[in-house]
Amino acid sequence: MNASDFASLSAVALAARIGAADVTATDAVDASFERARSVGAGEDSLNLMLWSDRDLALRDAAGLEAGIAKAGKGGRLAGVPIAVKDNIATLGLPTTCASKILAGYVSPYEATAIVRLREQGAIVVGKTNMDEFAMGSSTENSAYGPARNPHDVRRVTGGSSGGSAAAVASGVVPIALGSETGGSVRQPAAFCGVVGVKPTYGRISRHGLVAFASSLDQIGPLARNVDDAALAMEIMSGEDPFDSTSSSQPVGAYRDQFMSIATNPAPLSGMKIGVPEEFFPENLDPGIRTLCERSVDALKSLGAKVIDVKLPHTPLAIPVYYIIAPAEASSNLARFDGVRYGLRSEEAKSLRDLYAITRSKGFGPEVTRRILLGTYVLSAGYYDAYYRKAQMVRALITRDFGAVFGDGVDALFTPTTPTTAFPIGGITDPYEMYLSDIFTVTANLAGVPAMSMPIGRVAGLPVGGQIIAPHFGEAAMFRVAYALEASLGPEAHQ
Amino acid sequence: MSTDRYEMVVGLEVHVQLKTKSKAFCGCSADFGAAPNVNTCPICLALPGALPVLNEKAVELASRAALALGCTLNKVSVFARKNYFYPDLPKGYQISQFDQPLASNGKLRIETSKGEKTIGITRVHMEEDAGKSLHDRYPGETAIDLNRSGVPLIEIVSEPDMRSSEEAGAYLRTLRQILHYLRVSDVSMEEGSLRVDANVSARPVGQKELGTKTEVKNMNSFSGVERALDYEFARQCALLDRGEKVSQQTLLWDANKGEARVSRSKEGSHDYRYFPEPDLLPLVLAESWINEITASIPELPADRKKRVADEYKISSDEIEQLTVTPELADYFESTARQSGDPKASANWVMGEVQAALNASGLSIDELRVRPADLAQLIKLVRDGLVSHAAGKKVFASMLETGKPAAQVAHDESLLQVGDDSALAGWIDEVIAEHPEEAKRYISGEKKLQGVLVGFVMRKSGGKADPKRVNQLLMSRADGG
Repeated sequence: MNASDFASLSAVALAARIGAADVTATDAVDASFERARSVGAGEDSLNLMLWSDRDLALRDAAGLEAGIAKAGKGGRLAGVPIAVKDNIATLGLPTTCASKILAGYVSPYEATAIVRLREQGAIVVGKTNMDEFAMGSSTENSAYGPARNPHDVRRVTGGSSGGSAAAVASGVVPIALGSETGGSVRQPAAFCGVVGVKPTYGRISRHGLVAFASSLDQIGPLARNVDDAALAMEIMSGEDPFDSTSSSQPVGAYRDQFMSIATNPAPLSGMKIGVPEEFFPENLDPGIRTLCERSVDALKSLGAKVIDVKLPHTPLAIPVYYIIAPAEASSNLARFDGVRYGLRSEEAKSLRDLYAITRSKGFGPEVTRRILLGTYVLSAGYYDAYYRKAQMVRALITRDFGAVFGDGVDALFTPTTPTTAFPIGGITDPYEMYLSDIFTVTANLAGVPAMSMPIGRVAGLPVGGQIIAPHFGEAAMFRVAYALEASLGPEAHQ
Repeated sequence: MSTDRYEMVVGLEVHVQLKTKSKAFCGCSADFGAAPNVNTCPICLALPGALPVLNEKAVELASRAALALGCTLNKVSVFARKNYFYPDLPKGYQISQFDQPLASNGKLRIETSKGEKTIGITRVHMEEDAGKSLHDRYPGETAIDLNRSGVPLIEIVSEPDMRSSEEAGAYLRTLRQILHYLRVSDVSMEEGSLRVDANVSARPVGQKELGTKTEVKNMNSFSGVERALDYEFARQCALLDRGEKVSQQTLLWDANKGEARVSRSKEGSHDYRYFPEPDLLPLVLAESWINEITASIPELPADRKKRVADEYKISSDEIEQLTVTPELADYFESTARQSGDPKASANWVMGEVQAALNASGLSIDELRVRPADLAQLIKLVRDGLVSHAAGKKVFASMLETGKPAAQVAHDESLLQVGDDSALAGWIDEVIAEHPEEAKRYISGEKKLQGVLVGFVMRKSGGKADPKRVNQLLMSRADGG
């Protein structure tokens, strides 16, 4: 199997071939590293991968092959190379959150999501570039320089899971893990032309995900097609005793419906899909608007009833998000103090200096900005005006979704982003950058599942369509995605 | 004295370590005394990505304590983050509870030289302990031990209802005894499982409005708390007398110097930026669970004293001594029941048993003489098989060997001889050896009886039953 064959295979197909001993896990790992070399995944080109260890991956592959030889099967992701965002704890490779403050840090334990993927035979080939501590929408805020979009290297990948999106888009891996706080999987998925899923809050354990904003964070998969993303979701989802906020709701069989959808001419009949007007503002990129309208038409022809709906508190989502997320971040990032691990200032002469110098040197400007913002909004005298009020508005945003879904709407369809991938260095105003998450943050604030999938291109750049479902409505969300993907056909990806 | 014109107002914050096997939010051992940093894991070291998971046993113990202190358990309480930087606080925040605590509105009855009084308890909330900074281990450097990081605590906050150091002392001793009875904590100030911070203010007698308070910390005994309160109250009175103002500050008690110094850290200026802990769901307690915990509360000190008084008819001083700890009370009651002799049991427990505990440093549960053993010994003495003096020897041997009383008495020939022929032999010998005294006794000089009994006892090596010897001697006097 050569690298380009490898890059064209889905994870499902690859695992089947490895399980049938048609190709080996070692072949797959070799092909992944060869593909990384040929597309320029390294720092002087796409800069999508921060840490990888070929020998380690090959050892894992050999171990897996021995297991397959013994047991006769290797799991649902047997031998499938995966890439993991650098804020998810893995054994054997650093977990630095693309921050200098964690330079060289290797976790002594592994995230639950990774443990579950490995149990099904997945092989971790590397840790991907990201905005430092997942704070950003372009992967420009990495201590290791920006990742570049495989579709146009002068443009951003989106972020913060930009390295993972680029790794999937460039064929280095069929599945990568990202994490979401306000759109950090869906937005880069849209910019890089891949599928990206933000599960219901509590669907996938956060154990081992370095916390940014605990009440919003979720791990989510990126993949080249809906089926691979659904498979990764099935494997990672479910209650975890190490995360009190993980849900005991049974995990749905997201993939079972795939065959029935493929053979059904109207697979969405009986479904009601809402189109919220707040997600189609006047200044929306006209090309994106056109592609969304084409998708809506496709949904209709697939049998869905499409109706206009309102999510009236959507315009408040960005300000609310930029109070709650930094507030939690200011507390979550307090542990990076130079005392136990990571960077420690050697010149500090006092305890105060140890904190001040270590953290000033270790954190980049965006992380510093958000820590300051979060500290401010939690301060005595400001808590009620900012944090408490933001939580109240968050409840209103959640209620907006509750009202729409309570009214019999099964899923919502919107654009994922207001623009396509912008040039690296093209946005310098932090607030303008924050607005690139305007269509994605509401799902995080409300805790509902959402995903982005390719729906076409504008001026050669990928455009993502977003499907949002009710809490734990992943099965319905995937049903719509499977059907739309089949209906739009491969040109949506090209 | 100037303090006479002022009234002391005291409120206490008591931190109590809960006696759980594992820590509040991870599975690490909560034991005291392990080598530094042995009892740690990614969660209590605050490694990136680790999340807290609440220990249900800690909730149970905290709830039991709160209920026993008359508090209402809140059906929903919320954990909150208390944010501050300190090297022995690994996460940079302490998981505590803030505006929605576990329990509130309790009360505690205390007794002082002036009678009974009820002290209000504002709230009981759960939190985790920090680690320890060790400043004396490496010269010029600070070492951190995180074994204690994440150990479960409750904080018990009283109303400012105490008016003297004596009341504060009584509150603390009563509180400690209740917590001890509940078996929720080791309640040891030396080991740090019970810590006290005191808020104290002074106001002119008759004034309703509270004066400016100061917080006094770093006391390492209850008497230290009392001394620190008296010291700080006198200082505040002197300030007020001079027309100066008390400034709100934190003071650290120095037990060696007997004075409190202003703490260098700017405690008052701390802004802890509390907010609800997003990694933990609100703590929701079911009615049925609360009922179970309520039912699991053992007999508390006040009830036990009353019952012991009714059941065993012993003096109130004895009751106080015997019910100091539930373990001692259990030991006494078990001994009294099995021996059928509460009075003798009380004497033995307060005498020999207490002395043995003091001498050995053992806890009562570790003592080799169990209540059943002691009861057997008490019966041997009561039945005249062992003299009281020999009984003490038997007890000492039982402590050492762990053997039953009867066997020790037999093996060491400490059983009294009540056999008339043996006793008569010794009496004959005594009469032969002391003919003068014997003659005078037999001829009616009764006061010599004690002297003769003493001779017989000595001859028998202490084994003769003195009661029977007396009877036999008297029969000879009558007969002569």
